Amino acid sequence: MDINSTLLGQMIAFGLFVWFCKAFVWPLIMEVIEERQTIIADGLAAASKGSRALEEAEQERVVIVDAARGQAREIVDQANGRGTSIVDEARVAAESERERILASAKAEVEQEVSRAREELRGQVASIAIAGAEKIVSKEIDAASHKELLDNLAAQI
Amino acid sequence: MSSSADGAKTASQYIEHHLQNHQACLGPDGWLWSTESNPIACSGNFWAVNVDSMFWTVLLGVTFCALFFKVAKSMTLENPGKLQTFVEVVYDFVATSVRETFHGDSKLIAPLALTIVCWIFLMNLMDLIPVDLIPEIAMLLGIPYMKIVPSTDVNITFGLSLSIFALILFYSLKNKGVGGFIVGELMMNPLNPKELGMPKVFWPFVMAFNFVLELVALLAKPLSLSLRLFGNMYAGELMFILIALLFGSILVSAIGPVYGFIGVILHIAWAIFHILVVTLQAYIFMMLTIVYLSQAHESH
Repeated sequence: MDINSTLLGQMIAFGLFVWFCKAFVWPLIMEVIEERQTIIADGLAAASKGSRALEEAEQERVVIVDAARGQAREIVDQANGRGTSIVDEARVAAESERERILASAKAEVEQEVSRAREELRGQVASIAIAGAEKIVSKEIDAASHKELLDNLAAQI
Repeated sequence: MSSSADGAKTASQYIEHHLQNHQACLGPDGWLWSTESNPIACSGNFWAVNVDSMFWTVLLGVTFCALFFKVAKSMTLENPGKLQTFVEVVYDFVATSVRETFHGDSKLIAPLALTIVCWIFLMNLMDLIPVDLIPEIAMLLGIPYMKIVPSTDVNITFGLSLSIFALILFYSLKNKGVGGFIVGELMMNPLNPKELGMPKVFWPFVMAFNFVLELVALLAKPLSLSLRLFGNMYAGELMFILIALLFGSILVSAIGPVYGFIGVILHIAWAIFHILVVTLQAYIFMMLTIVYLSQAHESH
């Protein structure tokens, strides 16, 4: 158990192994691990950024949906108003159309009535004359009584 | 007990055999090797080499370097395999220890710490291999002595701690300057005559007193570092050898099997406990290295 040159051999071996580790082992491992640490850190940062963006999007969504809902309500209101006004207009139009049709029908009827009266008047005259002719036959001169009969017919 | 053919070794011979390094040295008549008849042929010769310690320490160091280099070379960013994950765990453990303890700026300290913790762990781990297995195989190959746990050899532990001591001195001188280190660090602590407001006349005495104290503290660093590791592993190894003696008595006496059974129980218990010691000693060595080198980088 005495001290001998094994000591020196061990010191040399130690130096060589440390040198080897420093030159060929440590830097290679460190490089990969640090790269991975960077990737993980970046990934976590991206994830938190993503979740923040999601939060913002969520808020934006609420705003947009609210706006859309308001707009939709407005459109529906507008449509309702429009519908009411169309119905009103249609009612007014229909009303006036009815009046017009009614009026024209009435006018036609009156026209028809007056025409029938004219016709009737003419016929009454001729019927009266024919009747009178039959009744008085020869006693009555058609020509001399025509004026009288015409006056009679005009009074009908 | 050693199952060598004669089977006539006494307990003390068995223990001595296990504690003997296989040595080689260049004698006046050529190379001298330890032999069973003269195990200490090289005793007292500084240029002797403990061949077994050297062999195992280099083998384990190469194992560490090869394993880590293989993984480091084929590191993948995504989907690391089990081996890579293991290496990364060790890397992370060492990197965290260095980051938390070492406050200087050095590219050497982290790989140094990694090498120390892995290498010493592997050396200590050799203690868990049954004490007779490899020496008996070596015996068949004609090698009479084979200590397979390098950290039970003071040369190995001092080799480590003296290297670290050299780094401590180097970094202290580099970062604090010769005056800053020798005067500022070794002479103005722990009693600082300036802060204590002493008259100039007393300064040399106080500084000399400080110097003695600090020098002892400085020299105690490599000494404690290596002897702590050596002591723990040597004691552990000795325990395994003593427990192995119990197995040897199985065939010797009628009550042998009882000893054998006790031996098995003791061996399991000690081996499990020793896993802790193996890991702890490697960790302590690494942490103290980091602490000492951190102190060498700090200025007062």
